[in-house]
Parts: sequence; structure tokens; C-alpha cells
Amino acid sequence: MSRSSMWEAVGGIVRRDLLLAMRRRSDAAMSVFFLVIVVSLFPLGVGPEPAVLRTIGPGVLWVAALLACLLSLARVFTADYVDGTLEQMVLVPQPLAVLVVGKVFAHWVISGLPIVVLSPLLGLQFGLSGESLGVLVMSLLLGTPTLSMIGTIGAALVLGVRGSGLLVALLVLPLYVPVLIFGAGAVTSSMAGIGGEANLSLLGACLVLSLFLAPWATAVALRIALE
Amino acid sequence: MIWSKYSAPQAFYPLAGRLIPWFSVVAVALIGVGLYMGFFVAPTDFQQGEAYRIIFVHVPAAWMSMFLYVVMAVWAGVGLGLNARLSFMMAQAIAPTGAMFTFLALLTGAMWGKPTWGAWWVWDARLTSELILLFQYAGVMLLRTSIDDLRRADRSSAVFSLVGVVNVPIIYFSVQWWNTLHQGASVSMSTGSKMAATMLTAMLLMTLAFWLYSVAVILSRVRCIIVERESLPVWEEQPTVVQKVAEVR
Amino acid sequence: MQWGSASEFFAMGGYGLYVWTSFVVTALCMVWEVLALWRRRAAARAEHRAMLLGGTDETAA
Repeated sequence: MSRSSMWEAVGGIVRRDLLLAMRRRSDAAMSVFFLVIVVSLFPLGVGPEPAVLRTIGPGVLWVAALLACLLSLARVFTADYVDGTLEQMVLVPQPLAVLVVGKVFAHWVISGLPIVVLSPLLGLQFGLSGESLGVLVMSLLLGTPTLSMIGTIGAALVLGVRGSGLLVALLVLPLYVPVLIFGAGAVTSSMAGIGGEANLSLLGACLVLSLFLAPWATAVALRIALE
Repeated sequence: MIWSKYSAPQAFYPLAGRLIPWFSVVAVALIGVGLYMGFFVAPTDFQQGEAYRIIFVHVPAAWMSMFLYVVMAVWAGVGLGLNARLSFMMAQAIAPTGAMFTFLALLTGAMWGKPTWGAWWVWDARLTSELILLFQYAGVMLLRTSIDDLRRADRSSAVFSLVGVVNVPIIYFSVQWWNTLHQGASVSMSTGSKMAATMLTAMLLMTLAFWLYSVAVILSRVRCIIVERESLPVWEEQPTVVQKVAEVR
Repeated sequence: MQWGSASEFFAMGGYGLYVWTSFVVTALCMVWEVLALWRRRAAARAEHRAMLLGGTDETAA
């Protein structure tokens, strides 16, 4: 099998998933809407003091991004599982792990990218300044693909299992902890004047590590689920 | 090889049955000696007073919680690689004991932290990774019970426990990094440096005892799992069952 | 031996509550685990025996 046919297959999967998502725009809009609501609840619960909001801001934004990403995980494979597309994906000559990368990329474009784009606006609600907002966007840009990568392992593991919505949260959230620490840490340290570069490069390392391990684990989990 | 002979559940069942009493007896004996050493031979710590004696259960529980997770993941990996039923059963049998020791490590850690640091809980690297470890044990067991098909339950929970093995060290180092960033929250936990020899001996004896206890309990759980899962006669008590069957007839 | 009396031993230099809670809860957990396994084993065996005897009943009838 040639390399070009592999890229064609991945490109085909990405195109198809994006097209399907465009037809059902309300699905993607829902997780963004969820993010905005959750983030807006915190100032109402904690109180309007700017100093307090600035302190909790990075953590709140990152936790909300984590949860929003989690909500959309159920959609990654379910439709393909129900209509049998997934079984075809397992059978094609291209390695399943590579096809999974296509699925993950499409998931990130649908649910991760809107979060990245929207985050400066949400950061303003918490009084983040110009430079911190830049670091926030950068951290989410590096972190949300990792969240999609790790999340799809969970989504593949619980495919077709009863109570899978809650189960996937319990499985995936502990795995999200390092990304949360580095992501929120990058913003916090840039606010403290230390600069977020160290944390950002650790986020990058997490992304590379997950890029190597997660598609492979997801492929194994998918094969197990489809047996 | 002799190991391949025991890789079948039918052959392993009586072997485990023969091993359990030995591990149990030695575990109980070592717990007795360890407790005696810990409470009557080891001196009072000049910094922490008598509260330090909690480490005689805390450190063994914490070590076992980590060690058992790794062993569980190794069995899970062997199961996935060699497609061996017994390996998955071992992984299944290890999880509850590992989760129990993780819970105990967290509880006794809080009991030690309150008098020593003045706080039940701090967001330290060890505590955080231990907490996440407990979540992962829970995840492995919940995933298993949620899947009805046994073969898939075995394999899916095996994949998740292997993913978790990568996660725990990353969390440990990330929290350590995070704590150096937040200067105020860091707490030094150096206990090992100037421990009296008797304290160390008592701690190691208790660790060995907990290890033997774990082996005994896990083997006996594997035996339960074999009886529950394999639709074969209970090999050990076959004569009595045959007798009963004859009586009924 | 550093304990003058039994009450001194149980007081643990004022830390008795923390020390004894740790040890007692650990002991309870371990004992509970052994008992739970013992019951699980008994249940599994009983079920198996019932299945075996039930099976022979059918063939006898």
C-alpha cells in the first residue's frame, strides 16, 4: 500500500466527518454553548472581585474546556458504530491507527478549535491581560488536541457499553490531569511574570507523546469493541 | 516449561490452593513481628513523636498500591499479548486489593499529615498521584463490570490499565513541577534520611507482610474467579460431589 | 521498651487517635477482605454444586 493512499484515506475520513458535522451544526454548537455557560457561572458563584477572578480564571477556563471536550467524545465513534462504517474501517488495508488520527483531527476541529477561538473572549470575563490571553490561546491550541487524542481512547473503550456517557468521564478525566496542570500552569505563570514557555513546551511534549501512543491504543480498543 | 503447564486455569487452581496457606501463615507471622518491632522496639522519633508510627502501615500500603497496579498492568499486557485467560483473571483479581491499599494509603496519610503538617490533605505530588491511582483502579473495575461480554471486559479493562501506567508517573512529575511553581504549597516530606535502623526494619517487615498478604488474597480471589467463570467441575472437591451425585441417584 | 504503662501505650504521646485509627482501619479492611472472599468462595461453590446436582437430576428423570 502506497503512502499516498494512506493520506487519501485519512483525508477522506476528515472530510467526511467535517461534512457530517456541518450538516448537524447544532451538535458542535452545543458543547461551545456549554463551555460559555459553565465559565459564566463561576463569577456568579465566587463573587465579582477582580483579584479573585484573575486567580481562578486560568483553572476555570481549563476545567470548562476539559468538560466541553468530554461532552463531545460520545459522538466520535457512535454514529460510525451504529451504521457499520467502523467495521469497514477496521477491514481496509490502511492501518487503523492512522485512520484514527483522521477521526481525532476531525473531532478536534469540531469541538477543540471553537474553544481555542472563543477563549480570549472568555478570558476577558476573568480580567486576563493581553499577554496572558495569548498564552491561554497557545496553551489551548497545544492542549485540546491532546484532550481529543486521550479522549478517543476512552470513547473506543466504552463503545456500545451501557451507561457509557458517565463511564467515559470517569475513565478519561484522570488521564486529563497532566494536561490540565500544564495548561492552567502556563497561563498562571505568565500572569506571575515568569513566562509560560516551560509549561507550553511540556504541553507540546504531552501532545507528541499522545500522538504516538493514543491512536495505537484507540485502534486496539476499537478492534476489541468490534470483535 | 513448567510455567506453561500452570497457565491453564484448571492446573493453576489446585496449585494456588496449595500456596495460599503458606503465604497466609508467613504473612500473619510477619505482621506480628513487624507490629512488635514497630511499637515496642523502634524508638520515639525526636521530631514527630509517636505519630510517626503510622508509617508502619502507611508506607507498606502506599508501596503495595503502586506495585500492585504495575503487576496488574503486566498481567493485562501478557493477557493481551498471549491471549491467555488466566492472565486476565489475575489482573481482575489484583484490582480490588490494589484499590483497598490505595484507599488505606490515602487514609493513613491523612492521619499522619494532620498531626505532622497540621493539615489532613495537601496537593503534594505523592498524594495527588495516589488519588489519581485510586480513580484509575475504580475505572478499571467499573469498565469491567459495565461490559457484559467477558472477553471484551477482560481486554478493554486491560487496555485502560496499560494506559494508566503511563499516566501515573506523568502526574507525579507534573504535580512536582506545579508545586515548585506555587512556592507556598510545597511541603517537605523527608522522613527516610535519618531513620533509625529498627524503624526501617519494622517498616520493611510490614511491607513484606503486606506483600505476602496480597499474594494470598489475590490467589484466593483468582480461585473464586476460576470457579465463577469456567463452567467446569470444581476440581478440588470432585470426589465429594461425585459421592453426593451417587447418593442422589 | 519506651512505654511505662498500658495507658501510656494507648495514648501514643497524645497522638493515640491518629495512630490507632490508622492501624484499626487497616486491620478492619484486611479482615473484611478475607471474610468477603471466604463468602464469595462459599457462594461460588454452592452455586456450582447446585448446578452439578441439578444436572444429574435431569438425567435421572
